Amino acid sequence: MRNLIKIAATTVALFASAPAFAGWEPTKPVEIVVAAGAGGASDQMARMMQAAIQKNNLLKQPVVVSLKGGASGAEALMYMKSSDGDPNKVLIAYSLIYMLPLSAKLPFDWRELSPVAVIALDQFVLWDNVNGPKTVKEFIEAAKASSSPFKMGGTGSKREDHVLTVFMEKKTGAKFSYLPYKSGGEAATQLVGGHTESNVNNPSENLEVWRAGQVRPLCVFDKERISYTTKVTETQSWNDIPTCKEQGLDVQYLMLRGMFLPGKVTPEQQEFYVDLFSKLVQTAEYKDYMEKQALKPIFLTGKDMLQFLEEDGSLNKQLMTEAGFVAK
Amino acid sequence: MEALGLLLHGFAVLLTWKTLALMMVGLVLGVFVGVLPGLGGPNGVAILLPLTFSMDPTSAIVMLSCIYWGALFGGAITSILFNIPGEAWSVATTFDGYPMAQQGKAAEALTAAFTSSFIGSLVAVLLITFLAPWISSFALKFGPPEFFAVYLLTFCSFVGLGREDKHKTVIAMSLGLLLAGVGMDTVSGQLRMTFGSTDLLRGINFLVAVIGLFGISEILLTMEERLALRGHAASISLRTVLAVWKDLPKYWLTLLRSSVIGCWLGITPGGAIAASFMGYNLAKRFSKDPDSFGKGRIEGVFAPETAAHASGTAALLPMLALGIPGSGTAAILLGGLMVWGLNPGPLLFVEHKDFVWGLIASMYLGNVVGLVLVLSTVPIFASILRVPFAAVAPMIVVSCAIGAYAIQNAMFDVWLMLGFGVVGYVFKKIKIPLAPFTLALVLGSRAEDAFRQSMIISGGNMKVFWANGLVGTITTLAILLLFWPLIDRLVASFGKASPPAAKAEA
Repeated sequence: MRNLIKIAATTVALFASAPAFAGWEPTKPVEIVVAAGAGGASDQMARMMQAAIQKNNLLKQPVVVSLKGGASGAEALMYMKSSDGDPNKVLIAYSLIYMLPLSAKLPFDWRELSPVAVIALDQFVLWDNVNGPKTVKEFIEAAKASSSPFKMGGTGSKREDHVLTVFMEKKTGAKFSYLPYKSGGEAATQLVGGHTESNVNNPSENLEVWRAGQVRPLCVFDKERISYTTKVTETQSWNDIPTCKEQGLDVQYLMLRGMFLPGKVTPEQQEFYVDLFSKLVQTAEYKDYMEKQALKPIFLTGKDMLQFLEEDGSLNKQLMTEAGFVAK
Repeated sequence: MEALGLLLHGFAVLLTWKTLALMMVGLVLGVFVGVLPGLGGPNGVAILLPLTFSMDPTSAIVMLSCIYWGALFGGAITSILFNIPGEAWSVATTFDGYPMAQQGKAAEALTAAFTSSFIGSLVAVLLITFLAPWISSFALKFGPPEFFAVYLLTFCSFVGLGREDKHKTVIAMSLGLLLAGVGMDTVSGQLRMTFGSTDLLRGINFLVAVIGLFGISEILLTMEERLALRGHAASISLRTVLAVWKDLPKYWLTLLRSSVIGCWLGITPGGAIAASFMGYNLAKRFSKDPDSFGKGRIEGVFAPETAAHASGTAALLPMLALGIPGSGTAAILLGGLMVWGLNPGPLLFVEHKDFVWGLIASMYLGNVVGLVLVLSTVPIFASILRVPFAAVAPMIVVSCAIGAYAIQNAMFDVWLMLGFGVVGYVFKKIKIPLAPFTLALVLGSRAEDAFRQSMIISGGNMKVFWANGLVGTITTLAILLLFWPLIDRLVASFGKASPPAAKAEA
């Protein structure tokens, strides 16, 4: 009995710096799995995490970023699916976890993975070229009046950008031809070059061309405006962009950014990562990143996260079905 | 001359002992990763990226870009010595570089490759220095039809200018296009030809195929013919280097042509790989003795290397100014920039002058230092050829396997590489050219996307490829090149004889 107490005491001493429940910690380098190509939003987030963890000593093991962007991110999903029980891999997930199984019949279900935390929500903004119409109303009118349909650039096919385009068509009656590009960056440059009339890029994807005065944000697809009020361009902040609903276009969509472990990990392992990410979201690097990319703050774990995922999943399924993107 | 002042400022930022030391470290590491087939620049930069998080952005980018230059130089080494291209754009270097090594002229070939790399990069850096703003706006003119026209031009130049049988070139290209279709289709969002396999989801990686097609098949051929590397102990000395340099002015036209092609395709996002092939093909076309190409002609090394490096360097410009990476390595550098809080885009040149001009100055300095470094190590690399085949061959196979594995951390790719090795062997036996096959594999899906995007824009009307001066010129040029042999013959017969005779000949 005395020995037991001794062991317990030593153990407590050993983990004095860590939370009391941290019975497990990684013994191998931790791999952040990115379901997108180099330089995309998920990759940038992974690099930020890598830097934040390293600078704040949140982990004893090194962090590596592995890019699994093949097949529009399907590669990363199948990689996680085949890594059952491996607690050293953590996926940065976004809405592809709902959409790819529907549009490409990928044999994947997010319920097979172990959810850790939802750490941000990404916005979508309707942008047009700075030489184009100045308000949503004028934009829609111009689109309707145009002899050939307005071209809408976006990332991938039958994904978020495409779904938003279909819902804009349904709400306004205007027609768009949707042009699928490989990345948001490409969609941004094509808009600047005048090869498309508009896109629905995430704030981070169009930030630089907006600051350079080459594109104009028309409205944000959320119920409320983006909260950041610091000036981003010479005259405007993210908060100055009206919501689409204010402008008479009642379409909303937000995209989760969440962390998942592979299936069949132990509750201790899951707990360790919940703790890690709850510390991560407190770091200056993370907060700075959120503001720069105009992400909407949120932090959900455990039951809250599961409930969120279920609701978000069925909403996405409904949108995909209505848009006619579900493969038969 | 505002640019000149800024450049001098860049040098001032750069010339500290710490930065210079980092530059050397980067170059040495780069040459090493470049020598390992498949590991190459992108992986080298990715592995070393976390090391730089604690550095200031300028030091970090200088070190990483020097790894990039080092890898560019290093890629030529394995192409010439073992017929294994380390990077996609080294493929064309093998056409004449490897025969030269077999004839005992490895040192000449390596010197030629390094020197022309240097010249190509230098031209591109000069271009970046003085024409950066203009180039950025030029790159913006490229929409889907323009991109497709450029890819079409590359494909057509292969068919029209290649010396191989036309039908075999077309067969090889079609097979490449077919394999490029494996995986996710961007335009429809559907999976194609994956047969339910998780490994095929990713599609067929170009580098895996290249390592197998060129490296493994070469080992198989050597095993069949004789168990020895065919390079003899080359005489390696300063004299060799100087001899190559003395001949350099003779090839000024080739060097100039390749530099122009390289710069032009480099600033076209995704064009870097096409550049080396086009540089090679055009040099062959305009040569007085085109039949000697592919048999160990030094011009056949100058042409693709100059073009590849001009485009590799120029490819950094769209990355900095537009945020669109022109190559795999540039894409990883892009990720690094963002960690350091630098957002590539039109304002980078205005808001972070220190960084941008420090980087541009490092391109000048890195290339000079890199050239000296690799030239002084030529004897070491060339002496590998004197090691017995029985010792070198297993090392090559292992290094190929590591390279194939490291690209995507997948064991499946190692099997795929071996499979391509057998395909390469068979192709060489039945004389189907490998180059059009690899070219189609690497550009196929981009060409397809661009074509289908163009069709969406125009509603299925082919006139979109003549919609404006830019795209119209490129498309017309492509078609001219495709039928070049016929045109060539017609022009020649009109030139030397009276019309009736021409008719009889045609």
